[in-house]
Amino acid sequence: MTSAWSDVAIAGAYNTIQARSLPDATYLSISLDAVLGALRSTGISVDDVDGVFGNLCGEVVYALGLPGAATSSIDSTGISAVIEAANAIACGLCTVAVVVSGCAGMYTEKASTAPWTRPDNEWVVPYGLYTTVEFALVAQRHMHEFGTTPEQLATVAATIRNNGSDNPAAVYADRGPFTPQDILDSRMVADPFHLLDCAMTAEGGCAVLLTSMRRARDTALPAVRILGAGLDRIGPFYQHPPSYGLAGSRIPGPSLALLGRRAAERAFATAGLNPDDVDVCEFYDPFSFEIIRQFEAFGFCKQGEGGDFVMDGTIGPDGRFPVTTDGGLMAFSHSRRPQLLQRVARGVHQLQDQCVSHQVPEARVAMCSNGGSGAMFTDVMLLGRDD
Amino acid sequence: MPILQPQSGEVPAAAPTVLSQTFWDGCRRGELLYQFFPSSGAAQFNPAPIDRLSLSGDFEWRVSAGLGTVYSWSVVWRPQTPAFTVPYCAAIVDLDEGFQMVSNIIGCDAGAVYCGQRVEVTFVAVNDDLTLPYFGPWRRNA
Repeated sequence: MTSAWSDVAIAGAYNTIQARSLPDATYLSISLDAVLGALRSTGISVDDVDGVFGNLCGEVVYALGLPGAATSSIDSTGISAVIEAANAIACGLCTVAVVVSGCAGMYTEKASTAPWTRPDNEWVVPYGLYTTVEFALVAQRHMHEFGTTPEQLATVAATIRNNGSDNPAAVYADRGPFTPQDILDSRMVADPFHLLDCAMTAEGGCAVLLTSMRRARDTALPAVRILGAGLDRIGPFYQHPPSYGLAGSRIPGPSLALLGRRAAERAFATAGLNPDDVDVCEFYDPFSFEIIRQFEAFGFCKQGEGGDFVMDGTIGPDGRFPVTTDGGLMAFSHSRRPQLLQRVARGVHQLQDQCVSHQVPEARVAMCSNGGSGAMFTDVMLLGRDD
Repeated sequence: MPILQPQSGEVPAAAPTVLSQTFWDGCRRGELLYQFFPSSGAAQFNPAPIDRLSLSGDFEWRVSAGLGTVYSWSVVWRPQTPAFTVPYCAAIVDLDEGFQMVSNIIGCDAGAVYCGQRVEVTFVAVNDDLTLPYFGPWRRNA
């Protein structure tokens, strides 16, 4: 299989300032900062933008004074929005597409969990569920079935939090170093997740710029290829029991345990690659356990072996499969939506040798992911260097 | 650790649908209702317009015996909103009739919930508007 995106390039990616709170910013102002930053970093003129994807597309088109643009029909972000933009370029709907996502000023009532983590569904909301609890129910079952330990979860969290601590652009820069014991010593939020097993909440924006491969090669930064991608969803957000064994009813396939396997297999098949070819794993880290589950679902190890897989430094910055090298949702930023796009942005920066911290030397293939078992979707994208 | 208690505050509840109203009415009578689809012989929960197995829309409501097993659990110390008193234990329960549902475990030590634990339903009027099916340890001879 060859990628339909062989003539499409990601030309650049840009993160605005990220912070626990950006009191002077709005959704639109931080989104525009992201778009203009991405354009500036590549040298592509704003006047050449004819595609806007992600969130607030109409507002962005209007604010930039564009005569019109191809846009997302509904809110999307992260890998699915990058795919929309890549498809639009490949199909000739636009030539320069920006994918944008920003968030500010949404989480103000701190006695409750963040508003986007709270369900509005009669089967879960009266029982006090929210995102952390949904994911905890999956992790707990994995621990029951395979003997996965709190120390293994804590090792993931410590690794990613240390990556963030080393990243000057991270919200939690210089907070480390963390040992797994530090994670275990933090207060319990929803068993088995301690506070430091969980994503933070923050504000900020991100934009990713796509154009033709030919045009991207004329910019200051190396062009990045989309080698393959896949989307996998098994149900709606936060309505049904987040059951580790949830499966389809009539057609055999991976259960929620291995959600994302269909996406990964498709992405690897399109790219003609396998997990051994991946140099850096910019995985989505809403909770420590999800990294363990993704290594199993994506075929890096067998189901049930993810707990052992993450020990012994394999996922550390100098390991064979460095994971979430900017600090991810736990330590870089997590602002409701941009964090999805930021997994792609970090993969792009790795392949462009642009990382200020934990640049993986000679990285040629980056695997990015979005979503998680509790949210009932897991998407992946494989990025590669142009040369 | 403390004994897990039912909630008693103004916990949030989403509006029922025309489909789910029957279930919530059952809770107020002390009956745990679930959908049974004769075309496949399957039980289904959450209530849905069609059966995931046969895709048939023909179902009957049946009353569950309310006996089940904890499939997974999480004792929560950071509440969703201040309306909830912690700790509370979210759980997925495998009902003996062959369906799963989300609920809370009550009536046992917060450190004593486990996967595989036998539980039985107990209905609690949390407030004037909401009666919830919770699950507590199975009292075989009660």
